[in-house]
Amino acid sequence: MNDGTLTVEIWRGKDEGRFETYRVPHRESQTILDVVTWVQRNAEPALAYRFACRVGMCGSCAMTVNGKPRWTCRTHVSKVVSSGVVRIEPLRSLPRIKDLVADLTPFFEKWRTARGRFEPSATRADPMAPISPESPKRKAADAGIECINCAVCYSACDVVAWNPDYVGPAALNRAWTLVNDERDNDRAGLLRAVSEAGGCHACHTHGSCVEHCPVGLNPTEGIAGLKRMTLSALLKGALS
Amino acid sequence: MIRGSRRHPGFLAAMAHRISGLLLALFLPAHFLVLGLAIESEAALEGAIRWTDQPLVKVGEWGLVVLLTLHLGLGLRVLALEFLPWRDSRKTLIGVGVAASLLVGLLFIHNLG
Amino acid sequence: MIEARLYLLQRGSAMVLGPLVIIHLGLILYAIQGGLSAAEILERTRGSIAWAVFYGAFVLAAAVHAPIGLRNLAREWLAWRGRSLDYATLGFGLILLVLGLRAVWAVVGVAP
Repeated sequence: MNDGTLTVEIWRGKDEGRFETYRVPHRESQTILDVVTWVQRNAEPALAYRFACRVGMCGSCAMTVNGKPRWTCRTHVSKVVSSGVVRIEPLRSLPRIKDLVADLTPFFEKWRTARGRFEPSATRADPMAPISPESPKRKAADAGIECINCAVCYSACDVVAWNPDYVGPAALNRAWTLVNDERDNDRAGLLRAVSEAGGCHACHTHGSCVEHCPVGLNPTEGIAGLKRMTLSALLKGALS
Repeated sequence: MIRGSRRHPGFLAAMAHRISGLLLALFLPAHFLVLGLAIESEAALEGAIRWTDQPLVKVGEWGLVVLLTLHLGLGLRVLALEFLPWRDSRKTLIGVGVAASLLVGLLFIHNLG
Repeated sequence: MIEARLYLLQRGSAMVLGPLVIIHLGLILYAIQGGLSAAEILERTRGSIAWAVFYGAFVLAAAVHAPIGLRNLAREWLAWRGRSLDYATLGFGLILLVLGLRAVWAVVGVAP
């Protein structure tokens, strides 16, 4: 389209709804978040969408753009536009609250299901645990701790879409950082938690999570690590 | 039209692995039943083998050989990703798997002649 | 911990199948040279403990591997859950085991 406008299809409604089309001026260096903001300010005041930092740090603006989950503030229109058309929907595999706003409650509940919380082994009265940042376990944990829970990996994952029990890459990535944390007190419990139906064994190593993570994390690698650890525990009779 | 989030080699590899596995699993009982004809007589098995001489069936056999090699190659890729230290060369592994299956397919055609 | 056990069986049977499939493919590519006949096959396999062990192991591993793979597919693409899926998985495994071992018997054990 060379008349300087974009054809933008935006999801309106909740789980039931429809795509509505807007004509948006195409500007240089425009991001998808710019496009959504323009629509809300100039064409559709009732459009609901989420954002916060708008500089690629918080992950709040994650949406599905032409079929791929992305941070919209970090997505240049020129990189995704297809024959002058951009299609914007809320993140896949999450209930829809309104328009482009998805409900992240199931995402966080699954984080809990995978025991994505630290179990303390000491109190503030005890000396600090001497953990070297160079130790292999700490490096494995550090490779995953930058996750800001934006749910892009969760939405990219087809197993999440196909299997409602699957806790997803972010929850398992979090479990991986904890299983490698020497200060965590309940490694056995964590391995049990990720071995339930919908745990790490449901992952089929598609790698969509790695492809899409905006922070460059590798949940597939962590999940493979959890598979090896749970197998080891199973063979030692330590899993039940 | 494949969904945007699926347009990467890992997903295609996973789908090829799954579909080839499905087709092989459906074929397997038939394969066992044909071999089982030898219980009746050698002639019964021979009859079935001669039936497979038809060109279309030979194409099907070639397809099965390719499917088996593909499933094996892509399965080895999964085992490597899950049990060996991570390498970013996972895409290369897919290439190796597919190439091997095509090679075996060619050998099949060659050996038939 | 059934999912962990099924995963172990799936990956374990895969590791057994790897070399067996490679050998099987090699055998077939060799055997089809100059045409294939029942006589050619049976004169090699009849009365052979080695073939019985090789293909017996192959059948066993396949009877474990295939149903678990299909189970994942059924659960994810057909939304099949619960007890009936477990029984179907087991059932298909038994079918493969019975038909497969019968086929091994057919080429190894049955007298000419």
